[in-house]
Amino acid sequence: MSMKAQLINNKQEILEQWLEEVENKELMHYSKTISEDLIGRTNNELIDTIFIALENETGANDELQQFAEKIVNLGWPIGYITEGMQVFRSVSIKTILEKNSDANKDYFLNVMDEVNQIVDPIKTYLINQYSTNWDNIVSLQKLALEELSAPLIPVMDDITVMPLVGTIDTDRAKLIMENLLSGIVKHRTDVVLIDITGVPVVDTMVAHHIIQAAEAVRLLGATCILVGIRPEIAQTIVNLGIDLSNFPTKSSLSKGFQTALQMTDKHIISSNKDGQNLEQIMEAIEKE
Amino acid sequence: MNETLSSVPIRKEWDIVGARQTGRNWAKDLGFGSVDQARIATAISELARNIYLYAKVGEINFERLDSVPSIGLKITARDQGPGIKEVSKVMKDGYSTSGGLGAGLPGVKRLMDEFDIESTDAGTVVTVIKWTRI
Ligand SMILES: Nc1ncnc2c1ncn2[C@@H]1O[C@H](COP(=O)(O)OP(=O)(O)O)[C@@H](O)[C@H]1O
Ligand SMILES: [Mg+2]
Repeated sequence: MSMKAQLINNKQEILEQWLEEVENKELMHYSKTISEDLIGRTNNELIDTIFIALENETGANDELQQFAEKIVNLGWPIGYITEGMQVFRSVSIKTILEKNSDANKDYFLNVMDEVNQIVDPIKTYLINQYSTNWDNIVSLQKLALEELSAPLIPVMDDITVMPLVGTIDTDRAKLIMENLLSGIVKHRTDVVLIDITGVPVVDTMVAHHIIQAAEAVRLLGATCILVGIRPEIAQTIVNLGIDLSNFPTKSSLSKGFQTALQMTDKHIISSNKDGQNLEQIMEAIEKE
Repeated sequence: MNETLSSVPIRKEWDIVGARQTGRNWAKDLGFGSVDQARIATAISELARNIYLYAKVGEINFERLDSVPSIGLKITARDQGPGIKEVSKVMKDGYSTSGGLGAGLPGVKRLMDEFDIESTDAGTVVTVIKWTRI
């Protein structure tokens, strides 16, 4: 009888032993927040999946893939899979050896070898699926972050704001440029306010990217105003000797917005008797 | 008296952010004001990015200098990269081999109180110090 057939023949015994050992190992105690019920169900599912894979000639199958995906979605570590497979390997070897009482050393080594040959492909496949799924999640999160990282907000006809928050690395600088240029065309923007209030450090690379972006904006026939320059950032820009004189800069978004209104021939007229003034409106915008 | 505070390896672009944050935290610890913190963080950013761009790997070292009446933060950027061919040119504004602004190293010199650069074909060491204001 082939080793695989022996394993399948002894399915019930291996299954019970596996479940017992997995529990004894307190395999799942990396997190106290997972219910025992869920752990029990998942354990049952794993051992079932392993046997489905054994019975299936090709080895790779949908059940394995779905199981790996499930573990990733549960947020369980890859150790759950590797330990589970490790226990399966040892339980299988023990069970086969027990069935053959006359086992000698050669037979023992042979069983080890053959069981490994059966278990390893399943384990490898599960691990690969796990990491593929994991990579998918990471790249999706990266995408979601990118969407957040350089938003262009049309506030009025002709006027758009790009608030930048956080560190600007090379990838993000590219994204800022792309979003800026495509947004200007799409929204028919005349003036774009780049707000760097939330940018922690403006070094020569960041400054260079801003200057290039402003230049490209100018080539599209629009104007770029750099706003949100905090006092300490103004100091470091001066120390670095960076020349930002080619485009308007303003300390705050509200000051920049007033400049933008003038540039586009717009006025804010108060309809409120108490005379809610421009400052207040601007303050409200700034809090957005 | 010198006391080594910590050392941050530079291998990938995001290590620049880590080095900057570490430097800012030390600066805060030693009692630098917010403008000097920004200057220190910016200088580290320049030095770490030069390592990342031109030498690929290296490290940024932080030391505390106890002196009277002020305290110093000494930052050493060290790499085993190709080195800078003409250091005197590099220290003039606008010199860049990468299409950058070329204001990095001269800018660092202006941001900090003391500046020293040593570069051979075996690597580059830039040492800068900022003293607390008294
Ligand atoms: N650590 C380094 N190793 C090798 N070359 C360097 C290093 N740092 C700077 N350089 C060289 O010095 C030039 C000027 O550097 P810098 O003043 O920072 O301006 P930028 O980085 O904008 O070019 C760089 O273009 C590069 O050729
Ligand atoms: Mg540089």
